[in-house]
Amino acid sequence: MTGRVVVIGVGNPFRRDDGAGPAVIEALRANPPEDTLLLDSDGEPGRMLGLWHRQDAVVVVEVVHAHPGQPGRLHTLTAEQAARSAARPASTHALGLGETFALAAALDRMPRELTVHAVEGADFSLGRGLSPPVADALPALLRHVARAIADAHDRLRHTADQLMGHQETA
Amino acid sequence: MSHRGSRVLRLDALARVEGEAGLHLTVHDGTVAEARLRIYEPPRFFEAFLVGRGHGEPPDITSRICGICPVAYQMTACQAVERACGVTVGGPLAELRRLLYYGEWIESQSLHIHLLHAPDFFGHPSAVELARDQRGAVERGLRIKQAGNAIMEQLGGRAIHPINVRIGGFYRAPAPAELVPLAERLRRAHDDALETVRWVSGFDFPDAAYDGPLLAMRDPGRYAIDSGTPAVMAAGAGSNGATSVGALPVEEFEHHVVERQVPHSTALVSELDGHHYLTGSLARYAISGQWLHPSALEAAREAGLGDPATGAVCRNPFRSIIVRAVEVAHAVAEALRIIDAYEPPSRPYVEVPPRSATGCAATEAPRGLLYHRYAMDADGTLTLARIVPPTAQNQAAIEDDLRRQVQSRLDGPGEPADDEELTALCERAVRNHDPCISCSAHFLDLTVERG
Repeated sequence: MTGRVVVIGVGNPFRRDDGAGPAVIEALRANPPEDTLLLDSDGEPGRMLGLWHRQDAVVVVEVVHAHPGQPGRLHTLTAEQAARSAARPASTHALGLGETFALAAALDRMPRELTVHAVEGADFSLGRGLSPPVADALPALLRHVARAIADAHDRLRHTADQLMGHQETA
Repeated sequence: MSHRGSRVLRLDALARVEGEAGLHLTVHDGTVAEARLRIYEPPRFFEAFLVGRGHGEPPDITSRICGICPVAYQMTACQAVERACGVTVGGPLAELRRLLYYGEWIESQSLHIHLLHAPDFFGHPSAVELARDQRGAVERGLRIKQAGNAIMEQLGGRAIHPINVRIGGFYRAPAPAELVPLAERLRRAHDDALETVRWVSGFDFPDAAYDGPLLAMRDPGRYAIDSGTPAVMAAGAGSNGATSVGALPVEEFEHHVVERQVPHSTALVSELDGHHYLTGSLARYAISGQWLHPSALEAAREAGLGDPATGAVCRNPFRSIIVRAVEVAHAVAEALRIIDAYEPPSRPYVEVPPRSATGCAATEAPRGLLYHRYAMDADGTLTLARIVPPTAQNQAAIEDDLRRQVQSRLDGPGEPADDEELTALCERAVRNHDPCISCSAHFLDLTVERG
């Protein structure tokens, strides 16, 4: 089995900029990439860990705080970087995204590859709608995620070809 | 040991609880002068949002109060509105509701046991360290949790904030074949749940006792979750085998449970007939323990909780983790029973025509009794909404528990406790009660000055 590409938008669309992850998923659903699982999540670790298999390529779309911050700035993080940068959850999730990845690693349940595409948020108050800097950054974030999906498919295909090659020579 | 002088311990944010809260503890000459649980989550305004909405909207709106126990809000809202309208939902629809509620129970209680509470008993700061140390147990907990998750997705339409619930029943009822995969998963979860009871029963439990009144739903013959009448077990009852449980008709709930504002919390603080009280797993086990599913009851006896059929009551908040594990075993066994006996209803819901009336209801959220009351006009427009969540009810009891536990440590033998030790003790004491802080936050005060 060569895995799937799983894209998870983490956040709460009713806490303004925290809804950027789900907004990216919604945009992708309008023209869904082939063989790609598009999912929303509130980030609760028990459910997050159930969304991927070990052989999958996972792309997480999330919003981050930065101090000093530049709302709208985009970041691409590895799972390890995300785990280090998320020292405390910013929401009412029982555990933060970083702790979720650390928990997955401790349980040997990390996917084959995992990247986090994040945008720095400005407004996490109650209500719908992104702040102007995050809304302006959304098209670029969407392009980054689309590119990450295409690249992940390429790598999974390459892995599949290698496996087929091994089987034929064996 | 000297306790001379004063010290103040401030804990700005509690870890591993749902929502954000702090704690202010004042010790004066070796005596705990004050323990304040500071709930500083912002006000939520949900009761105000509901006024002016239609009588079919509370299940969807109130489910947004909590990401961990949305079904509790939906089930209580449905029952309160239906009571106002003079409608009773029974038969397969009531069983399906119970199944969905069990799904949430399995998820929520497993989350607290494995990811929030168990790390305390191993001295670990979080579930990550626990997973490295007790990988099999954490994996088992996640499997159980995923079984609850599967019920929520199948019956509720999605894992969080279910969308298939409406007053009168559901938008769509499942075909029996759709529940078969759930049953397969639940059979494994039943074994896992019983193993979890054995695991947690082996933990080391500090001595502690909450001896105030206990409040939980009571429905003789059934471990009451979504049915019955609020019931009170008196302060201290159960410790000598003698239990007395008094009924509190839900229509009289607000005569006995009175909420008041305090300056240090955005949650209202409740008193039951003038006293702090505890609702939640310890209260349920004390009041309904004898009616647990036989497999869960047996697990409880083996775990050393005593036999609730003979009046055994557990008042040690640290041992609430065993009670929660027993409740998960009960919920899994009951969910299986419902699926095995399921026959689809003729219609997925019954009509609930509006009328000018008031209705109230209470059910058992995983963290304790949850009360709703709605008043509506003849066309179903809501004119009043009242929601009393379990954490707000428990707040004063938690503060009392904190005072006792810290005082007990200060009075005990050994080295004087430093702030780090007291902080750890207080965090454990709060987590014993599984507070859901974001659910409990209310609007506190509003001042408008006009020139």
